[in-house]
Amino acid sequence: MTTLRTIFLRREAGIAVMIVLFCLAVGAFKPQFLTLDQLRIILLLTPLIMIGAMGQMLVIVARHVDLSIGSILGLSAMVSGMLYRWDATWFGFDVPWWIGIPISVAVGTLLGLANGALITVFRLPAIIVTLGTLSLYRGLTFIISSAKQIDRQWIPSELKGLSQTSPIFGIPWIIFIAFGVAILVWYFAMHTRVGRQIYALGSNPVAAPLRGIKVTQVTLLVFAISGALSGLAGILYASRWGFVNPSNTGSGFEFQVIAAVVIGGASINGGVGTVLGTVLGVLLLGCVSAALPLLGIPGTSQAAIYGAVILIALVIDRSVRQQGIASLKRVRA
Amino acid sequence: MSEPAAAPLISARGIGKTFATVDVLRDVDLDLMPGEIHALLGENGAGKSTFAKILAGVHRPTRGTIALNGQQVEVPNPVAAQKLGITLIHQEPISFPDLSVAENLVIGAAEDGWFSRVPWAEMTREARRLMDLLGVRIDVTRPMRGLSIADQQMVEIARALASNSRLIIMDEPTAPLTPREVETLFSIARKLRDEGRTIIFISHRLEEVRALCDRVTIFRDGNKIATDTIGNLTDADIIRLMIGRPVKEYMHKTGAKIGEVALKVENLTLPGVFSDISFEVRKGEIVGLGGLVGAGRTDVAKAIFGVTPAASGTISLEGRPVSITDPSEAIALGLAFVPEDRAVAGIFRTLSVEHNISVAVPKRIAPGGFIRRAVEKAMGEDAVRKLSIRLASLRQPIGELSGGNQQKAILARWLLTDPRVLILDEPTRGIDIGVKAEFYSIIGELAAQGRAILLISSELPELLALCDRVLVMSEGRLTADIPRAEATQEAVMHAAVPRGALREEVAA
Amino acid sequence: MSTMDTTRPAQDIAPAQPRWKTLLIRPETMTFILLVVGVFAGSLLSPFFLDINYILKSFTLYSELAIVALVLTMVIIAGEIDLSLAANMALSACIFAWAQASGVPVPAAVLIGLGSGLAMGALNAFFVIGLQLPSIIVTIGTLTLYRGLAQVLAGDKSIRVPDWFIGVDKVMLGGIPLPVVLFVVLAIVLGVVLGGTIFGRNIYQIGTNEVAARHAGIRSARIKAGLFVLAGVVAAVAGIMTASRLGSVRYDLALGGELQMVLMAMLGGTYIFGGRGTILGTFLAAWLLVIVSTGMIVANVLPAVQLVVLGSLLIVAIIATNLIYSRTQR
Repeated sequence: MTTLRTIFLRREAGIAVMIVLFCLAVGAFKPQFLTLDQLRIILLLTPLIMIGAMGQMLVIVARHVDLSIGSILGLSAMVSGMLYRWDATWFGFDVPWWIGIPISVAVGTLLGLANGALITVFRLPAIIVTLGTLSLYRGLTFIISSAKQIDRQWIPSELKGLSQTSPIFGIPWIIFIAFGVAILVWYFAMHTRVGRQIYALGSNPVAAPLRGIKVTQVTLLVFAISGALSGLAGILYASRWGFVNPSNTGSGFEFQVIAAVVIGGASINGGVGTVLGTVLGVLLLGCVSAALPLLGIPGTSQAAIYGAVILIALVIDRSVRQQGIASLKRVRA
Repeated sequence: MSEPAAAPLISARGIGKTFATVDVLRDVDLDLMPGEIHALLGENGAGKSTFAKILAGVHRPTRGTIALNGQQVEVPNPVAAQKLGITLIHQEPISFPDLSVAENLVIGAAEDGWFSRVPWAEMTREARRLMDLLGVRIDVTRPMRGLSIADQQMVEIARALASNSRLIIMDEPTAPLTPREVETLFSIARKLRDEGRTIIFISHRLEEVRALCDRVTIFRDGNKIATDTIGNLTDADIIRLMIGRPVKEYMHKTGAKIGEVALKVENLTLPGVFSDISFEVRKGEIVGLGGLVGAGRTDVAKAIFGVTPAASGTISLEGRPVSITDPSEAIALGLAFVPEDRAVAGIFRTLSVEHNISVAVPKRIAPGGFIRRAVEKAMGEDAVRKLSIRLASLRQPIGELSGGNQQKAILARWLLTDPRVLILDEPTRGIDIGVKAEFYSIIGELAAQGRAILLISSELPELLALCDRVLVMSEGRLTADIPRAEATQEAVMHAAVPRGALREEVAA
Repeated sequence: MSTMDTTRPAQDIAPAQPRWKTLLIRPETMTFILLVVGVFAGSLLSPFFLDINYILKSFTLYSELAIVALVLTMVIIAGEIDLSLAANMALSACIFAWAQASGVPVPAAVLIGLGSGLAMGALNAFFVIGLQLPSIIVTIGTLTLYRGLAQVLAGDKSIRVPDWFIGVDKVMLGGIPLPVVLFVVLAIVLGVVLGGTIFGRNIYQIGTNEVAARHAGIRSARIKAGLFVLAGVVAAVAGIMTASRLGSVRYDLALGGELQMVLMAMLGGTYIFGGRGTILGTFLAAWLLVIVSTGMIVANVLPAVQLVVLGSLLIVAIIATNLIYSRTQR
């Protein structure tokens, strides 16, 4: 068993254990937590975060952070939403119900590329740039929508249907989409050349250009993917909730996603992170969110819990790393 | 002098390199033959490293041409160099610590597209094959993080082989290695040479050059001075060519009066780093601390000074035991420490020279809480005068000064604290000969003033010339305490070399 | 081991920049110029702009954020960042309001509010300095935590404060609203501390090279921890001031304020990587931001567009600061 895998397996096994323990603990007080119905509820809470977390994981592995994903989600959702609202007026015909999917993904990709461009061309820290674009994109969302919400009746019912059911055990399509994205990203990260280059870039950004890694292009790709996935999450937001609101849609998304990614074992210093870990992180957060209403804890405390979770995950991450490094050190004399 | 027959692998003609307004290389002509190990010798700043870096694509020559197998080539960056079959192995190899060894061998090198599949099984197999070829036992699926420097170098060499490099440049590879690792490295180099590859070996160590290399080229002040077979040159010849003047005894030790014990350490231990370190330094004495890189000398200094305190053991100053947990405490007790890597631990690059000099004596420039600029300025001017620091203005950022002058400024900083015990860690590293001599006389003067000096150095001649006693550390232990009269290069080296096999312990 | 100094063997004397160049080519100059331009442009938009009282009144709306931005500047110069300060303002204000609404006498409630701000700063310090975690992520975590706790405490409701407590912005000192006076006084005090005391000097040194600072005997851990705690306390003060100005406290007090604070620091020429920046710069940038924001309101620019402008300004500000620093130094 190699040391690389040993460390990771420790982390992912740890999260899995935490999930099981948590569910058992909650189930002890509220047995209805351990039903299939509850599982469905948990799973339904997670797809958007799962998709966003896949993108953010790649960004964090590359040693950056993207704070604007919530605003990208909102803006790309709004573009499609407006298209649905006004399609007859704009085009004179009805657009197909699924058109929002490629459009939102495209919008998200463009916004992500804009982030990447600012970061690479001007050599600016991603965290500050995306802090700026967070506001910028949110503001644009307001502008194009004239601050008006896209209501339920404008979202095509087939789109909403993606989140309700499917022929396969009645599990909504949206959950398959989310796991499908996870599998795609897993393949991308572990089995494609550029995926490995992203890990290399995060592991040693100084060495990367010296080894033939095209830093600018890889960075642009990473932010484009993050944007694209946020865009996908945007259209799926419309599917899941049935409306798009200029101020709420996607607001706070980035924190939930970062929490999941950090819990999942991705290191803030880059170079380390697995899809499995991130998926488990998302599931853990899903369980926690689902447990809150059952335990009578108001939904308003979700934010506080996410914050605490990020901090705890950071501490765990640090102590695991230190132990891991210590065990690999040579001992003299 | 020149070899007949075989066509050179690399022909450099008229290579020159200018950084800003400074010429670091002038008109270098050099042929490198296939199947040779070629040494580049020269002092710091002589240009040997720069020349090698030009070949490796790290720098672009300002003038001159390079021909590979008779064809003129451009080497614009390290990636292009690799494609041409030239690999540079850095002294501290750069790698991707979180990726596995096998991945590190191939990343970035593959020609296929972004989204093409990574052939894991094949990669691992190939990596194992290369490791076996080199006779090195490293688990290729483990992350690079935590590998010893020697192993990291092996991986770099494997990478050179993986890309079928014909020219492998090793830049001062042996400094961090144990003699056994050096021997392993040498046998691999010889094997590669016998395969018809060319190795460039950059080093300061004449014994190693003589043991390993076929031909040697000597650089001085940016010029290529000579190229010859190693057998045709004596050590004295080489040194003369490197320095340009006969070796003279320019280092001298003024006899200082040696007084009572100023610093005494007993049984200092930091598990995994050093253990059971005990020694004394008296007033007026210069005690050297020699050993190989990685022996733990800087760690001992950092422990005494409070940067990373020891886990157990005692430190006493002038007979009184003291507890030092932070550098500010050490300074208050009269200790000073000039660290070995001034860029990392010494200078505030973008702040002014003035600010850099006054940082350790805040109470003097701000007695009432507010900084008195006039006092600070006077302090700075005084330091510049006393140590002959060459600069344009005290207000300029210290990063603009040359290495020697930066080091003088750091020394000035610590002298202002009027230390009773001064620890110097590689104080003349990266400094030209002329400035080195200045430093030596300053150090001698400081001892004469009654200060106790602990001089950590990897330059044996320096230790032998300046010190009253030479301590030697090896692998975290103190292995020798040699008085001046008995100190020779061999004696110090003998004590510096580790005994027995290294145990690699991995926690369960 | 360091690499050899092969790049400059022969040259010892490097020419220094002429004095006037270092004094003038600085980000603060750019800020000042923008400020002047902004006032001029503003006056074209509306004659109100030349009315100093109008400007001062507008400033009071941003004074709390500006006050916190001053301390944030010091944190950034020291090489860290604190994104949790706006959430800190909200939580301290909520705790203060809730305490006095529960019957605690107001002075005691204020102390409790300040204490919680201090505790929040101390928590940040614990994670960043005690546990050696990167401040950017820690303060994202604590920002979420503090804002969330404010939500738990106040729910969706507004907590009122006593009538006599309301209106700190109406108190005038020599015709200038009290919050503005406080801002100016704090700017002067911090400016003197940062520029003229050892403590201030140490902050620059820690931000430039923390390892070297430690080796030189600077107690960097203490200083940085102190800055986080100071920031926490000042944020609490600002939060309570906002409570007084608004008359009531909600969990979303200063929501998004972290953007504006960072913007003020960046527009003022604070270098995001630490080691450079001034109080003067942030001071000017605060006024600049007020001019820009007020100008947009006067020009009937939609709040959404204002958001766009602010976001863009932040990006432009760091680009410009980066460029200036890389030209004149390094």
